[in-house]
Amino acid sequence: MNSVGEGCTELKREYDQCFNRWFAEKFLKGDRSADPCSELFHKYHTCVQKAIKEKDIPIEGVEFMGPNREKADS
Amino acid sequence: MGKYFFSETDIKSAWEQVLAAFWQRYPNPYSTHVLTEDVLFREVTPDNLLLSRRLLTKTSRLPRWAERVFPGNLSRSVYIIEDSVVDLGNRSLTTLTWNVNHAKLMRVVERCVFAGDQDRPVWTQITREAWISSGVFGLSRPIQEFGLARFRSNQVKAMKGLEHALSNLQKASAVCPGDSAEKHKNLNSASKTQKPQQYI
Repeated sequence: MNSVGEGCTELKREYDQCFNRWFAEKFLKGDRSADPCSELFHKYHTCVQKAIKEKDIPIEGVEFMGPNREKADS
Repeated sequence: MGKYFFSETDIKSAWEQVLAAFWQRYPNPYSTHVLTEDVLFREVTPDNLLLSRRLLTKTSRLPRWAERVFPGNLSRSVYIIEDSVVDLGNRSLTTLTWNVNHAKLMRVVERCVFAGDQDRPVWTQITREAWISSGVFGLSRPIQEFGLARFRSNQVKAMKGLEHALSNLQKASAVCPGDSAEKHKNLNSASKTQKPQQYI
């Protein structure tokens, strides 16, 4: 799958591979040892944030689960 | 005002497998409308919840009558945020997905809960809700109806895409040595029961 930043796809793949392994082998088994993917994520994240700014994607300041607040009453 | 969609489906896969597949479901044969996928944020909280934010871009496909009214929208993809919380203790994944552009034309907010069945550990229940609204004066009703119809069709694709990812994961683990016939049995018997859909 491609990243929104054309030059970030390889970094994304490396991070995804690391995450998927950690998720299945550690997190799901209740192992709370440190996340081994933070460096990979940092490189990937830097690249994506640049692409987001360049493409003017409006995600700045969007609250986590923001619309959930609105749906609480429905 | 607006349209509401609700559905409940059980699938015969363990919650842990469904979650692994959830992260790996793109690309799949049913997701040609999904152009990009990125993780923007991830954190494990002190109480061991996994929070994530993903950004997706999807093609902006409008029916012809809408294309005539909103020609400018053709050039931009739709940007979608998917926020999620994995609660290992409860064996539940809650996701909230919504579009951050084209919102005045139509906004779709979808909430899904993937819950491991306590009594039947190899089953997972998927509850999907969506709220579809449009702010366009004079056209909100046809736009919302279009949105609801497209949402229903997309949720069928989403389920197929998830099952495709699950099947891939099962095949991959079936290649490993020391594998039992169990996994092959699961692959063949992946079935689902769907409760009647309700919408207003």
